[in-house]
Amino acid sequence: MSGNGGSDVTSGQRVLPQASSQRPEVPSWRLLVTLGSAGALAGLLLVFVYYLTQPAIQAYKARMLREAVQEVLKGPQRWDTLYVYEGALTPQPPADVDAASLEMVFLGYGADGERLGFAISGAEPGFQDLIELIFGYDPQAGTVIGMKVLANKETPGLGDKIVKDSAFVAEFDGPQAPLAGVKSGRATGAANEVDMITGATISSRTVIRIINNRLERLRPILEAYLEEAS
Amino acid sequence: MPRKTTAAQDFRRGIWRENPVFIQMLGLCPALAVSNTVLNSLAMGLATFFVLFCSSVLVATFKKLIPAEVRISTYILIIATFVTVADMTLEAVVPEIHKALGAFIALIVVNCIILGRQEAFASKNTVPRAMIDAVGTGIGFIIAMLMMGTIREILGYGTFLGFPLFGGNYEPWIIFILPPGGFFTIGFILLGLNWWERRKLERARSGEPPVGVAVGRAA
Amino acid sequence: MGNLFWIFISAMVVNNFTLAYFLGLCPFMGVSGRIYTALRMGAANVFVLTVASICAWFLNTFILPYAPYLKLISFILVIASAVQITEMTIKKLSPALFRALGIYLPLITTNCAILFMAWSQANRGYSFAEGLFFAWGAGAGLTVALVLMASIREDLEYVEIPAIARGNAIVFIIAGILSLAFMGFAGLLSS
Repeated sequence: MSGNGGSDVTSGQRVLPQASSQRPEVPSWRLLVTLGSAGALAGLLLVFVYYLTQPAIQAYKARMLREAVQEVLKGPQRWDTLYVYEGALTPQPPADVDAASLEMVFLGYGADGERLGFAISGAEPGFQDLIELIFGYDPQAGTVIGMKVLANKETPGLGDKIVKDSAFVAEFDGPQAPLAGVKSGRATGAANEVDMITGATISSRTVIRIINNRLERLRPILEAYLEEAS
Repeated sequence: MPRKTTAAQDFRRGIWRENPVFIQMLGLCPALAVSNTVLNSLAMGLATFFVLFCSSVLVATFKKLIPAEVRISTYILIIATFVTVADMTLEAVVPEIHKALGAFIALIVVNCIILGRQEAFASKNTVPRAMIDAVGTGIGFIIAMLMMGTIREILGYGTFLGFPLFGGNYEPWIIFILPPGGFFTIGFILLGLNWWERRKLERARSGEPPVGVAVGRAA
Repeated sequence: MGNLFWIFISAMVVNNFTLAYFLGLCPFMGVSGRIYTALRMGAANVFVLTVASICAWFLNTFILPYAPYLKLISFILVIASAVQITEMTIKKLSPALFRALGIYLPLITTNCAILFMAWSQANRGYSFAEGLFFAWGAGAGLTVALVLMASIREDLEYVEIPAIARGNAIVFIIAGILSLAFMGFAGLLSS
């Protein structure tokens, strides 16, 4: 037995036809029975594990979403999930539409039932790969309330400051939309300015662009929904 | 089988002398892709160990029932089932690590180490021997992952399992946690192994001229 | 359209499958000795990636919503069958090409790049067209990495390499330098 497992794998596949011609022919029903029963057993085991693990997986996903919405809307008392369907927001999409495939926004309410704002998620290519984030938006004041990056593959130590640099994250507490990124030290004090991170200009600019693009598209829809609701 | 081995040899073989990653050059993709921290390396090593062990036991148990014509498909089916189990279990128990490993958990299916051990060993040996072989090879893979992970985390973050090792003045070599660092780390480990082998050979030299020993073989 | 272009370029250079994700390393180490072989291997990969992408899209749209736990098994079986069908088709249509591709075709089944492509395509929820461009970008990326490596290794034969670096050690270090060079593509499409 030598250690060349890799070539064993490939030679095994090539040797296959010769091996069968040397041995007595195995009836094809046996091949089907073997594969069929192996497949059935595999399926059974998987269904079992699937139902065993699903509650924990769903609970984790729900917790992550709750934490993200809590953070970007600054601690709402409760929030509604609204679906974007045919250019309008609806709390309940028609039954024949798969709700999971629709875009979602979350409308948060404060302690007295007042509307705090919408939590909106978005994703666009950053420096390395997609940056996914969620941000809070107050339609009455027209300001961004908070921002949280959900997933990124930006350069450790540089681009990933969009998550780790708390000063940068704090910049998204209250600026007027649409946002404008400024290099640090060049701020003029305008209400829509966001200081970008030195050395991570592209990553910071992507975060700002995601928020602006999402708001440009969704703002009419959000405002129409609020007008109708009030 | 070309030659008989004892159970102890089966066990030891995979751990170092025929280490799946550094000597056989198998399972390189996970060894390089998710070895940027010790924790990720350990999780990937344990998941691979689990799949290898379970598949080997099952293949050795049913080796007489599996016709040669469909054996590769059956092995892949068995391996894919256990990988899916590992994937769902990791996602339910340690979701953060599951997120960090991402698609590379699914790629355990095409890790040549596992299919290679089924084809070369488990399908021809008894269940206990297949277990011993799987444990040895699995430990060998975990050792390789931990070596890569330790080097890359210490140099790239200045930490071990998240604990800072150096003072605040340490400037981490970020390159080691980025893709090029994976290639450089395994390259330098192989250089070290080659140097070690050469030195052993030169000490034992019996008149023959020294030859360059290439430790790794391409798979 | 911009999205398709970004997916293609991202898989090809910015997040090159071999040099950033370490996929397809077996052929990368094994058959990157000659430029011609590397090109043929790349072509075989592009072909199988395309077939696998189409199959994965079908599975993902029509079957997996009802049985998510079968994702991995169905993908790997589809890839194995796709390779088998590709092999038979090429054998029938062009025996010359079949001989040229030789053992590379069956080898592709265990090439992790194919499974990674199908898996990521499903996880990112790509549409049919996005999936195809992803597959082509991945194939182009694998080919670029293979050919670059092969062209360096062809020249390496005339170079005096220190004995301890012979074999795979020097190939990994060269791959590291290539990977470093490819990091320069980051930020290409986002300025």
